[in-house]
Amino acid sequence: MGGILRKSRRTNLMFSLVFTLFCFLLFASKAWAGDPSGEQTFALDFRGVNMSANFTWILLTGFTILFMQVGFVFLGGFLQSKNVLSYMTHCFLATSLGALIYLVVGFAFMFGGFEFLGKHLGGGNSFIGWSGFFLFGEAYDVRTITLFLFQAVVATFIGSIIAGAVAERMKLSAYVLSFFFIYTVIYPIYGHWVWGEGWLFNLPFGVGVRDFAGSGVVHAVGGSLAFVGACFLGPRIGKYSKDGTPGFIPGHNVGYMVIGTILLAFGWLGYDAGSTLAAGDLRASVVAANTFVAGAMGAVTVLFYTYLKTGASDIGEACNGFLAGLVAISASCAYVAPWAAVSIGFLGGITYVTSVWFVEHKLKVDDPLGAVSVHGANGLWGLLSVGIFADGTYGDVSGLITGNGGQLLSQFIACVTAIAWAGGLGCVMYLVLKSVVGIRVSERVEFEGLDVNLHGSPCYRFRTGVESPLSEEEERDKNETALLDAAFAKDAQRERIYSEKLGIWITAKPKTEEKK
Amino acid sequence: MKKIEAIIRPEKFDLVKDALEELGHAGMSVMEIKGHGNQKGISEVWRGKRYKVDMMPKIKLEVVVSDEECDKVVKTIISEAQTGSIGDGKIFVSELSNVYRIRTAEEGKSAI
Repeated sequence: MGGILRKSRRTNLMFSLVFTLFCFLLFASKAWAGDPSGEQTFALDFRGVNMSANFTWILLTGFTILFMQVGFVFLGGFLQSKNVLSYMTHCFLATSLGALIYLVVGFAFMFGGFEFLGKHLGGGNSFIGWSGFFLFGEAYDVRTITLFLFQAVVATFIGSIIAGAVAERMKLSAYVLSFFFIYTVIYPIYGHWVWGEGWLFNLPFGVGVRDFAGSGVVHAVGGSLAFVGACFLGPRIGKYSKDGTPGFIPGHNVGYMVIGTILLAFGWLGYDAGSTLAAGDLRASVVAANTFVAGAMGAVTVLFYTYLKTGASDIGEACNGFLAGLVAISASCAYVAPWAAVSIGFLGGITYVTSVWFVEHKLKVDDPLGAVSVHGANGLWGLLSVGIFADGTYGDVSGLITGNGGQLLSQFIACVTAIAWAGGLGCVMYLVLKSVVGIRVSERVEFEGLDVNLHGSPCYRFRTGVESPLSEEEERDKNETALLDAAFAKDAQRERIYSEKLGIWITAKPKTEEKK
Repeated sequence: MKKIEAIIRPEKFDLVKDALEELGHAGMSVMEIKGHGNQKGISEVWRGKRYKVDMMPKIKLEVVVSDEECDKVVKTIISEAQTGSIGDGKIFVSELSNVYRIRTAEEGKSAI
């Protein structure tokens, strides 16, 4: 009896809590009414037409940004065929789960207190925003939700960037859990400082930090997280020999990389030009052109570099060069002239090849898709490039070429903050995940491929065999799996040794062990 | 002369290949094949349902060696490809009547 009573009391308590919350939300949506139907925002006059043009522009560019995820998914051509589904799942989760978490919490932290198309969104200070959770209350407004759509599709990139560096060896559970921290704290709060007009935006040097389309907010933050993730995971089996010489793990379809890069470039033009967030801002043409030529220059630079170095024009690497150029120009695309965009793209290509060499040979971090170099290194270079090449024709941003050093100082502070914030919190996050759930798959799973083991199906199925329903052999399968786990764990301990006789590196048991 | 046909796990191929090259048997033919012995396949998922895959991907390795070296090669393959679990594969050894090298028209042991 007592139990039932206690139970019903608990139910009552739960009910009254939910009811209060519901009443509060109802009250809240009445109290600070937004404009959910758009009737008050639109008027049949010049201002109303201008407003609807803005909506059209921002929404359509938002749709092209979502399409960039197709490009990200195709970059999986750089991975081994046994791990493609795993990488694609990572990107897919960023597009779905990432956007949802951003809806519930991230957007409010990032844009609380921000004014958009004349609509001021609730409360926020220079450190964090706190208005617009789940788009409740006053955020249930056509203007705010337009901003939300644009920013939510942009936010999905963070997960896809990290996926490139942690590919082929990360546990799906750890990856999913990391989203709950990245999309609520790391990305939105840094984003608030720059895009939500926080303290970085209002720095007293130059006009404050300017990051037009996310070199810093998206790519430098994503690249830093990717680097930390790859560090904590360690290299894939067979990537490095005992003495630290990097080996080769070739991708299964470089053609996918080319497709993916061009799809990304298409979306990127919409992303950068749409970041004007106003159809009446005709600077958009300069922005789009700058973006395009910087990417093209990055690609050409890397293509020639690989030709000079190896005698072959490496198209896969050139694709990464294209992306490096696009990342580098993202921050500065609105503030520079086309000649400067070409220079930024050229230096972006150089930054890419240098940092690939540095990360692979010096830091010994295994980064399968080059996300750390493409997004991290070039994101930072993109931030700095505003302080160097901005010519003062747009937004009063003047860089070194006009003789003002202040802007460069602001941009430099943004770089340091991005590394410290994303890198520091990333370390804490991966450390906790590593000790609580573990972040790396077992050696057997890595040998056999993540696709079959984590997702139940290979990406490329050449099977002609017969299928039958699952029979009662699960107990036996478990024992066999345990045996396999042990065998592959032992194999992973093997060293790559240099065979004097053959003159190549081989993965063999050391001679002494063989005799035993 | 003996022909050794070894059917092994694809994940173990690199280890076996390296070990054979160490032994001095760099020449080999490799095929990606499908099949099953006692293993009877593993389970996969298709559209939310688990089912058995009867035909497993395997790698078939063919090496031709002289009679004296046969044992050593077979032992190497076993030690490299063994995990102790069902599905490790099989090795078939058969007698060859002759071997010719097309380039020089040599025959017998020197043609291996």
